[in-house]
Amino acid sequence: MAYPEKYKYTREHEWIEVAGSVGTVGITDYAQNSLGDIVFVDAPKVGTKVEKGSAFGSVESVKAVSDLYSPVTGTVTGVNEELATSPEKINTDAHSSWIIKVELSDPSELDALLSAEEYEKFTAEETGK
Amino acid sequence: MRYLPKSDAERAAMLREIGASSIDDLFTAIPEEYRLTRDLKVPRQMGESEIIDYFKAAAAKNANGYTSFLGAGMYRHYRPVVIDSLVQRGEFLTSYTPYQAEITQGTLQAIFEFQTMICELTGMDIANASMYDGSTGAAEAVMMAVRITGRDGVLVARTVHPEYREVMHTYAQHQGHDAREVGYGQDGRIDLAALEKAVTDEIACVLVQSPNFFGVIEDIPEIAEIAHKKGALLIVSVAEAVSLGIVQPPVEADIVSMEAQSFGVALSYGGPYCGVLAAKEKYLRQMPGRLVGETKDTEGRRGFVLTLSTREQHIRREKATSNICTNQALVALMTTIFLTVYGKQGMRDLAVQNLAKAKYAADTLGAQGKLLFAGTPRFHEFVLQTDEDPEQLSARLLESKIIGGLALRKWYPELGNATLWCATELTTRKQIDAAASVLADAPVAAEAR
Repeated sequence: MAYPEKYKYTREHEWIEVAGSVGTVGITDYAQNSLGDIVFVDAPKVGTKVEKGSAFGSVESVKAVSDLYSPVTGTVTGVNEELATSPEKINTDAHSSWIIKVELSDPSELDALLSAEEYEKFTAEETGK
Repeated sequence: MRYLPKSDAERAAMLREIGASSIDDLFTAIPEEYRLTRDLKVPRQMGESEIIDYFKAAAAKNANGYTSFLGAGMYRHYRPVVIDSLVQRGEFLTSYTPYQAEITQGTLQAIFEFQTMICELTGMDIANASMYDGSTGAAEAVMMAVRITGRDGVLVARTVHPEYREVMHTYAQHQGHDAREVGYGQDGRIDLAALEKAVTDEIACVLVQSPNFFGVIEDIPEIAEIAHKKGALLIVSVAEAVSLGIVQPPVEADIVSMEAQSFGVALSYGGPYCGVLAAKEKYLRQMPGRLVGETKDTEGRRGFVLTLSTREQHIRREKATSNICTNQALVALMTTIFLTVYGKQGMRDLAVQNLAKAKYAADTLGAQGKLLFAGTPRFHEFVLQTDEDPEQLSARLLESKIIGGLALRKWYPELGNATLWCATELTTRKQIDAAASVLADAPVAAEAR
């Protein structure tokens, strides 16, 4: 599986793409594959404060519900409304289906995140491949 | 689930297998000084005819042939015979929760139809498979509103059933939300001016009952406007479900909770009853309890399933919307059969009869005292003020085998001797006239207050 180089990743399988002080967050292809058909995304409202490592919402598939963990601390400035009616877009293209946009309060937090290569290695270890 | 009895031989074999010599060996963890050393004081076994005699004697203690004018949250209505003959069928009576859709389509369909009828009656988009009763349903509706809005304040009308408010306090006391009461006006309805003042943007919801505890119908559109202006949700609790046959459903509400006992559920000395929780579609995921959904199987045939289970605690404990893990399936089935038997027109006819009986009762009994909140629209209950002390009046009525109205002093001391009366389609003109003549006979030396 190819992971976009320009993204950074968490061990909880979220990705974040940063432009200036705004980070765009979604879940990885590995995550959507493990979850199965996604039926609902529980996203926060614009204005909600999120904290690095804390759950900001959840994604529900036919077989499980998984919490979504924020890679960074900040304030939610955007929510992908498309997912309210078409949550399955995450299955079709996880790396383009963003869930929230966050105004970063501490960009240095990005340093602790994994690169595409590190994330790929991490998932390989998880699956034992 | 079948009952599997054990024989002495099986018990002995099991004890041998685990290396115990007697059942007492299984209790060695309990210190000797705490172990019971005598047989339990239980009466000896009774033969079948003795058991029948025992229950006949107990049943003979029931008061028969009394007229009742009691309401206050539980109502005497006729129960079509077909209800019991259907619910006593084994398929319904002893079947378990429909977790396995493949073998429980009948149960699931019945619940789905219940949910559908509730939505049609209340004007809401979604309804769950039932709650325990009206009081806990109201409490859960409040908690739902607190979750949805993220606010802590709760406003409850004082005209909501006193025992519903007590149940809500029991639920709320450890939830951290702050419930405040809003009083009523001269018309017996919630004081709208006081409500307007009390609704701030810290308020999660306003809870009213309609028809309220005094039998009076609240102005739901007005209350909704006041609540919604500040982003608070409106919860309408309905204690007398039959009223929906004629009273406009509370469509402006965000959540409707109801007691469905009036729909063919026997009074049974207080329960089991059938709570109802219904809401607008956008609150679906915050709704507690079971939800039955309609879907298609792999061959495209219609089928029913329990759905949206992630709201429930057996899927996600800390994120669950409630700790309720059941519904009142059999009782809800009674209400479903009742509604099916009466149908839309029948429900309206039933409600109209209730209104008519209550009007005659209010006029006739009202002539013997003073009818409170007389100018306000009401359903089948009314409040009567008398000079006579309600305990004394009650005793005199009982002598004529009449159970009179409920004394309100305990919850509304400001209303003095007032009593709450209810007339339903089962109340007869003769009974009302009999009660009126007892009232007319009040001892001249009434208590001076």
